[in-house]
Order: sequence, then structure tokens, then C-alpha cells
Amino acid sequence: MPAIRLSRKNLAIPYAIFLLVFVVAPLFVLVYYAFTNGQGQFTLANLTGFFTDPNTLGTLCYSFAIAFVTTAVCLLIAYPTAYILAGSQLKQKSVLVMLFIMPMWINFSLRITALKEILTFIEGNLARYPFFNAVIGMSYDFLPFMILPIYTTLSKMDRSLIEAAKDLGADEKAAFLKITLPLSVPGIISGVSMVFLPAMTNYVVLDMLYNSTYIMGSLIGSYFAAYNWHGGSMIALILLAIICIFTLLTNGMEEEDSRAMGGARL
Amino acid sequence: MKKASVFNRIFIALVLVFLYAPILILAVYSFTSATNIGAIRGFSMKNYVTLFTTPELRDMIFGTLLLALGSAALATILGTAGAIGAFYSSKRVNAGISTINQIPVINADVVTGFSICILLVVVLGVSKDTFIPLVAGHVTLCAPFVFLSVIPKLKQMDSSIYEAALDLGATPAVALKSIVLPQIMSGIVSGFSLAVTLSLDDYFIATYTKPATFDTISTYVVNATKGSQTTIKTALWALSTVIFLVVILIVAGSNIRAFREERRKG
Repeated sequence: MPAIRLSRKNLAIPYAIFLLVFVVAPLFVLVYYAFTNGQGQFTLANLTGFFTDPNTLGTLCYSFAIAFVTTAVCLLIAYPTAYILAGSQLKQKSVLVMLFIMPMWINFSLRITALKEILTFIEGNLARYPFFNAVIGMSYDFLPFMILPIYTTLSKMDRSLIEAAKDLGADEKAAFLKITLPLSVPGIISGVSMVFLPAMTNYVVLDMLYNSTYIMGSLIGSYFAAYNWHGGSMIALILLAIICIFTLLTNGMEEEDSRAMGGARL
Repeated sequence: MKKASVFNRIFIALVLVFLYAPILILAVYSFTSATNIGAIRGFSMKNYVTLFTTPELRDMIFGTLLLALGSAALATILGTAGAIGAFYSSKRVNAGISTINQIPVINADVVTGFSICILLVVVLGVSKDTFIPLVAGHVTLCAPFVFLSVIPKLKQMDSSIYEAALDLGATPAVALKSIVLPQIMSGIVSGFSLAVTLSLDDYFIATYTKPATFDTISTYVVNATKGSQTTIKTALWALSTVIFLVVILIVAGSNIRAFREERRKG
């Protein structure tokens, strides 16, 4: 009497339970802790506290500034790199592409250590350019994550579209702006989402480069160190909200873009 | 045209210099007795001797590897079974699992680590010394990526072979093992390797869930940069060099294998 048959469907049960316990339940716990105080009573103090304290608001702005500049720098370096790589006819192209992805597999803390030693040698005192160093550190850490998705979309692109555009009289610049750039938007979006959010939260890069200004992630770290679960949960929730808004925005753009791609195919 | 390609080459070379100069300069200095970049000292293997003979460093390296392989194995089993199960479940169940699966993928690691710490350690009172929170955190980090690398292989699979096996008298379990698994193996393998690299690179989940006496490479390096112990600091230069070489060997090895396979097929 096989009560539970080993059908293919049932294979999902352990994973579904796992997701409920370790992904869904923690989120509920976060919400509970964010809206209660130490006595377990409901409170909005954590929320209002965040949005009325100039320090935490400053942290929010600083995180956005770092994330924005880092994303821009990565995009400005990654797009031309991916474009050149995708268009090159080199024999060793796969090796070259591999070289740009390989840093992903080297532990980030060791890479940042290496960068720190170099920056210390060049600048003498790291504390002199904290914002600049943070952006350099983040860009150094995340650049491969921007190059890879853009390269993937560009190399999958149908090159005959560009030839067609040129046959129809478009010059190099027009063909790029009207064909290549719009078609590479999905790659740009996934690259941006892989850089922007980590740049708001990866406070270790700042710590290691002696930048003591807080970003959003550092707030969680400091609440964690002070055993303040309620304050930390609220920051985590605010970060989650930012992540949700960001994801919805980029998904919307992607949908619009896939429509644009359909248009380009016609 | 010729001019543009020279410019392209220079651009690509500059990006590569940005990505690799710090690691390579550190690698050169790891073979000297210098304690700062820029200082000129003689050749010395003392960093490598320290790296391989200090028990603290050895434990940390093996601990990190064990954690990565263990949680990647667990994540691979869970994620693969989950992907197969979800793929053959009703549309609604499949959509539900896929949606929850996206949460840890999009979420910031700080939030994932913090929320798991709150649920397991603060609410349920599980001691961090049991390693349960740490392993749970790393499996949560990795399993969704295994799920995501197996699903496309299931979609590409020829489902009629499975049906044929059942018609010829195979039990579902046998058909699953000898028909489905081989067809999705490449997805499982890439999911597993992704899981290993994610675990090796993680700092945030480990820092919120690890036992106080246990360190991964990331948490150890981050703490070491705050201290002023130069022997440890320069021994980590050696570690960075060793990891760099290992990554190069793995990449070269897998490229050569892929090349040979291609030649055999061709």
C-alpha cells in the first residue's frame, strides 16, 4: 500500500517546505519584529524613527549616491567592453571573455584586499578620498556582473539587422542607436540590477577601504551587533521595499522592451 | 576601421589591467618579505609557509571548503528535486514555487542572512554553534540558483522518452533515474558549481549565522584587515595568489576538456 507514490510531482514537496521555512517564514518574522518593540507591543516607532532621523535619512541618500555612481561607472566600462568583445572576430575570443568573468570566482574579500593595498600605495592615506574609494571598490567588485549579461545579449543579437539598417542608409551611429542599443536593453537591465542593489548593501567594501560612512547594509550590521532585532528588521524591510520597487520597475521596462524587440523583428 | 580596432584593443587591455593589476601585483609581493606594496624586499616563501602551517589559517580554509561543498550538495539535491517536481506540478504550484524561489535570488544577502538569523536564532533559539543556521543560510542562498539552472534543461528535454520508458514497464523511479536525470545533468552540474562559488564568496549570510569560533575565508579576511597583524596580512596575500592559480587551472582545465569534446564530435 504505497501511501505516497514517488511520482515526479511529489519531488517538489521537500523544496516547497524548505522555501516556506527558510524564505517565507523569515520574512513574516521580519515584519513582526519591525512593527513591535522590546515588550512585544505593536509600534510604528521603528518606521517613523527611520524617516525622521537625519542620520538614517543621510545613510539612505549616501547609499543611493554610491549605488548610482557605481552603476554608472560599471555601465560606462562594461558596455563598450561587452560591445567590443561581442563584435570581435578574434580566434581566442572565448579565452578573452573568460578573463572578464574569472574575477567572479575569486573571493571578493581577497580581491578588495588586493585593491586596498594598491590604493594605499597610490593615495598614501585612504581616508582622503572615501567616496571615490568606495566607488572604485564597488566597481572593481561588481564589474564582471555588468559585463556578462550585456555581452550575452549582444552576442545573441541578430547581426543581419544591423546590415539591413545599413543597406537602408543608416550610418554606423544611427544603426547603433536604433538597433544595437535598444536590443541590448535586457542585458543592461539585468546588469544594473546585479550591481545597483549590492552596491547599496555591501558595506564590507566600505569597511575594508576605511570608509566609515554608513550605507543601508551597515545599519543592519550595527543593529545586529547591538542585538537590536527590532531596529534591524525595520531596515531589512525598508531594503526589501526598495528591492521590490526596483524589481517591478525593471520588469516593467523589460516587458516594454520585449514588445520593442517584437517590433524590431517585424 | 584599422584605427578603431587599435582603440578597441587598448580599451579592452585597460579594463583587464583594472581587473587584474591588483591581484597580480599582490601575487608578486606575496613572494617577498615586504609588508607593504611599494617596499622593495628580497624573495621569500615565508608567506606560503605561514599560510600552510598556521593551524588557524588551515582550519579556516578547510572549514570554508567543507561548508561550500556540503551546502552546495544539499542545495543541489533540494533544488534539483524541487525543479523536477515543480516542472511536473500544476501550473499554479509551479508558479508559486518559482515566485518564492526568486525571493532569495533578488534579495540582498544582508537581508537574507539577517532574517534567517532572527528566525532560527532569536525566535526558535537554535544555537549558532550547531552550524544549523549557517548551513541553512548557505543552502537558502544556493538552492534557488540550482533550481534556476535545472529548469531550462527540463524545458528542453524530450518528454516522450520518459513516457516510452513507462510504457515499456519502467517504474517512475527507474524512468526518473535513467531517463530524466541524464538529460538534465548539465544543468545540475552547473547549478552545483554555481552553488559552490556562491558559498565560497559569501560574507553576509555567514557573518549573521556562523558560530563565533568558526570563520570562512570572507569573514576571516574582513576581520584580519581591521587588525594590524602583518604576518597574517601578508599570508593572506599568499592565499589570494593560491586561489587565483586554482581558478586559472580550473578554467583552463574545463576549457581544454570542452575543446577536446568539440573536436571529438567535429
